[in-house]
Amino acid sequence: MIKGMEFNITTSSKKTILFIVLAGLALLIIGIVMGFKDPHFVTRILTNGLINGFFFFALGLGALFFLALNYATESGWYASVKRVIEAVAGFLPYGMALLGLALLIITILDGAHIYIWMDSEVVKHDEIIQGKSAYLNVWFFWIRTLVYFTTYFLFLRGFKKRSIEEDLKGGTDLHFKNYKRGAMFLVFFAVFSSTSAWDWLMSIDVHWFSTLYGWYTFAGMWCSSMVVLVITTMYLKKLGYLPKVNDSHIHDLGKWTFATSFLWSYLWFSQFMLIWYANIGEEVTYFVMRIENFKVLYFAMFIINFAFPMLILMSRDAKRNFGILTFVGLIILAGHWLDVYIMVSAGSLGPNAKIGFIEIGMALMVLGGFIFVVLRNLTKAPLTPVNHPFLDESIHHEI
Amino acid sequence: MAEKVIYVMYDDEEVLKDGAKALVSKGIKIAEVFSPFPIHGIDPIIGIKNTRLGIMAFLYGLTGLMLATVGMRFFMVTDWPMNIGGKPNFSYLENMLAFVPVTFEFTVLCAAHGMAITYLLVNKTLPGMPAQNPDPRTTDDRFVMEIRLSDNLQSSEKEIDAIIENTGFVEIDKKEIK
Repeated sequence: MIKGMEFNITTSSKKTILFIVLAGLALLIIGIVMGFKDPHFVTRILTNGLINGFFFFALGLGALFFLALNYATESGWYASVKRVIEAVAGFLPYGMALLGLALLIITILDGAHIYIWMDSEVVKHDEIIQGKSAYLNVWFFWIRTLVYFTTYFLFLRGFKKRSIEEDLKGGTDLHFKNYKRGAMFLVFFAVFSSTSAWDWLMSIDVHWFSTLYGWYTFAGMWCSSMVVLVITTMYLKKLGYLPKVNDSHIHDLGKWTFATSFLWSYLWFSQFMLIWYANIGEEVTYFVMRIENFKVLYFAMFIINFAFPMLILMSRDAKRNFGILTFVGLIILAGHWLDVYIMVSAGSLGPNAKIGFIEIGMALMVLGGFIFVVLRNLTKAPLTPVNHPFLDESIHHEI
Repeated sequence: MAEKVIYVMYDDEEVLKDGAKALVSKGIKIAEVFSPFPIHGIDPIIGIKNTRLGIMAFLYGLTGLMLATVGMRFFMVTDWPMNIGGKPNFSYLENMLAFVPVTFEFTVLCAAHGMAITYLLVNKTLPGMPAQNPDPRTTDDRFVMEIRLSDNLQSSEKEIDAIIENTGFVEIDKKEIK
């Protein structure tokens, strides 16, 4: 038995989570009652399932990627926040369940106007989709989805298992195994992060494609995960846990948030500018649809995710200030949710998409569940690893 | 006016750090430390203020941003309107996207060069400038601490020597400098 399961979810946190979930549920029910007669109702519900399933799945996946990255690069500084990363990555199975459920219902309903390539009636009259059908067909889609899920799950389980084992055994054998597995994960992830973005998100706009899409999705995922990591770390720190985490760790996590926001903006811009410049009909439709139907939201989302972190998080002091980091973090988290929202619903609902009770309600519900799972994961292992070979370096981390 | 300076040499940066702590705790001011590489955590010990280079970098970047914008607007729109790929050639704002990469690169160029030149200038290490370090070995594997007697009028030279005696130095050198 491992000693030092220090963290317990406080009663007030439990109440807040319950409140978020119940508020979400209430809004969702109001939304369903109000929107039930709407002809786009089913598509709308499933669109939201896909948005929230993917977004919260991606938060876990981004954390898993970050963990593997730190193993593969043998970073030292992160050792004392490693359990936080593992706790966020631990949401992955639940995220998979949500995303998998949404995808399953969509598949059963022949695409439900979201994946029109799943509808054989549409494919019959559409030469472009026929040309892509060797890749985009229901069977291959599900094989790929299950391969992604299985791979991510096995890596996550291995990392978590060895992390606990390391606390008990010590030594460097497990560390080198983690190092190899981390590098191996990155190899799989390099391919899967792109292909899964094509499968789950890009195939909604099935006539259109962009080679940057996978990276773009990945950058958004990474940035949102870094925000969750820094906010969770600060939350624990505020409650008096994680005594070994100092300002420099918060600063580093803040820097990652800042840097990944830039990465995301850079990729957004690269994709947008090339298509805008070439101005080819088949390509620009993607952006024309988004700008026509989501004009304010689409550019507001870009400003929120780019200008906000750039201007506010630029200085060193801001990245060490809990208040500023939380404020900016929550806003860009909402910004990245909006990004996923527009990515999915501009293709599935187009002009009929709107943010109403259903959207907000479902997002709040899943958010509450996400917070609960992450906090519960934190109670399952000691908050500071004991025998991580770089723990000493991490404790003396100073920048 | 000539003034007397004590140069204390160490062969390990950790020993120097401990020595510096001991000296500072007795109220002695250390003017400078020479080292072949940055010594982690020495700044707060000898009381060096946080660098303002970051603020300068921001200002240089801003300069680059403005120069690029003004320049390109003049070259490509006002002076000689260019028609590239059929984009409207009379408006900077409508073509803003096309100018962003160049603006970005020019911002980085100005920030990086401005920062490097400022850094070298402040340290008096621009190419061709005479070396400031008291001993060429501080560019190899030695660490030297500089104590000026004029900074420490409250202690006599003997008192300072007595404290230095216990810090594990390898060489000590006293010089009159102008």
